Amino acid sequence: MMRFMSWTAFLLGSLIFILPLLGMTEFSLSMRRGVYSLDAYMSVLSDPVFRATFSYSVMMALFTIVFGVLLVVPTAYWVRLKMPELRPVIEFITLLPLVIPAIVIVFGYIRLYNTSSWLPLTGSTMGTNILLMFGYSALALPYMYRAVDTGLRTIDIATLTEAAQSMGAGWVQIFARVILPNVLVAVLSGAFLTFAVVIGEFTMAALLNRPAFGPYLQLVGANKAYEPAALAVIAFAITWACMGLIQLVTRLSKHTRAQR
Amino acid sequence: MADLSSVRRMLTPRWLGVAPFFLFALMFLILPALSIVFGAFRAPGGGFTLDNVAGLNTPTIRGAYWVSIRLSFWSALLGCAIGFAMAAAIVLGGLPRGIRSPMLTFSGVASNFAGLPLAFAFIATIGPAGLITVWLRTEFGINLRAATGFNLFSTTGLIITYLFFQVPLMILIITPALDGLKREWREAASMLGATGWQYWRMVALPILLPSLLGTFALLFANSFGAVATAFALAGPQLNIAPILLFSQIRGDVLGNPGLGYALAFGMIVITGGANAAYLILRARAERWQK
Repeated sequence: MMRFMSWTAFLLGSLIFILPLLGMTEFSLSMRRGVYSLDAYMSVLSDPVFRATFSYSVMMALFTIVFGVLLVVPTAYWVRLKMPELRPVIEFITLLPLVIPAIVIVFGYIRLYNTSSWLPLTGSTMGTNILLMFGYSALALPYMYRAVDTGLRTIDIATLTEAAQSMGAGWVQIFARVILPNVLVAVLSGAFLTFAVVIGEFTMAALLNRPAFGPYLQLVGANKAYEPAALAVIAFAITWACMGLIQLVTRLSKHTRAQR
Repeated sequence: MADLSSVRRMLTPRWLGVAPFFLFALMFLILPALSIVFGAFRAPGGGFTLDNVAGLNTPTIRGAYWVSIRLSFWSALLGCAIGFAMAAAIVLGGLPRGIRSPMLTFSGVASNFAGLPLAFAFIATIGPAGLITVWLRTEFGINLRAATGFNLFSTTGLIITYLFFQVPLMILIITPALDGLKREWREAASMLGATGWQYWRMVALPILLPSLLGTFALLFANSFGAVATAFALAGPQLNIAPILLFSQIRGDVLGNPGLGYALAFGMIVITGGANAAYLILRARAERWQK
């Protein structure tokens, strides 16, 4: 009885996931009347705007990841090593992007950094790109910080630091050659999550008027029939790939650790 | 040489290591949010005013908040209920152990699959020409819209669509809490003569309640700030708070910048309140998970 109810709950609940995935896949394949075809995918992939916006968002994601790593790893390391009393404060700050909706944050950017302000970032294309990257870094902060902090917990940073220092390493060396390699798995997890968050982000890019993948998706969704479903399949595959890579690097690291 | 560097190390203050982080947080997180709050209480000519916040009390804006709150409430409630049932089935219901790990991985993916692609997936499924809609019509002659009044581009449609990320988020958060239910508690209860129902009502649920309520608050905030999915499904006409704010930022549809800041301020208050509830309740829940 218990098992029957469990199966019912599980299978009925799964429908919420299975049906939309089935629906979007089927729809994306039915552009040609009567037969399944990859026409919708061809149409999407051959669209130069798709390529331009997609590579823009990939670039944004990569810059966001690099900036996020350079910002979060040293901070998390320093706080664990020297200023543990600051941890609650930092943790609270890293949770703020989950509390303040992205649309409110970007509204604040437009108010603070517009062309007539003290720091007119939105005045130039480069400035707006940089502002958008900072915005993405803020959105990804909760994921990145938590991943890195969890990674740092598993290694003895005090001993590693002392060992490196007694061999004459400076802070940059300690960071780049001792700490970073040891938390690489955690950093990669954070990086893939950041990628998944940034690649399809709509609100910030749309309100800052940047030609990112998110606003492109919106445009296609409003004007085409089958292409949006194909894009949804592609986006889902990207999300899957990011999560799959996180699992993969975590699993690989467990193996190397077991051998020691 | 060694002396010099150790002197330099002593002279470098500790806080320099966290300065970049605080500078970033201040400039791109805290000050932007504060500037919205200040904007909400600033009169056009400068000086403090409550007019903007009072100005929110119009039928349109009240309606937008109200629809948003209802939407978030129901999608959070249903997300909690379905997610809980599925997590309980996986953890306690005797399903094969092999299901658990793939389900958690999948939940990680699905809870991150939001925004526009999610809207596209649901349009392709239960939209006017979607898979299920067409299937019901051709196989059973049922016109989904005429028979049930269901319309994907409405609040009900949004609630159903949001479930796609709400349910897996619930599964991810509640599974550890269910794991924390100790077998001894159940055995102790049944030794004292409790039925299964009594165990759930008097032991398990009270222990889980902070987790459940806390996750509910988190899911509420999660859907309250979501813009992209709603925008793709219903377009800019749908009157919910985040979309009204989006139109306001784009083109000052309210005709008063101060009112826009007040609208955003109201959203911070609501999501902030929900998140505060989550943090407080989580702290309570963790008392049992030692």
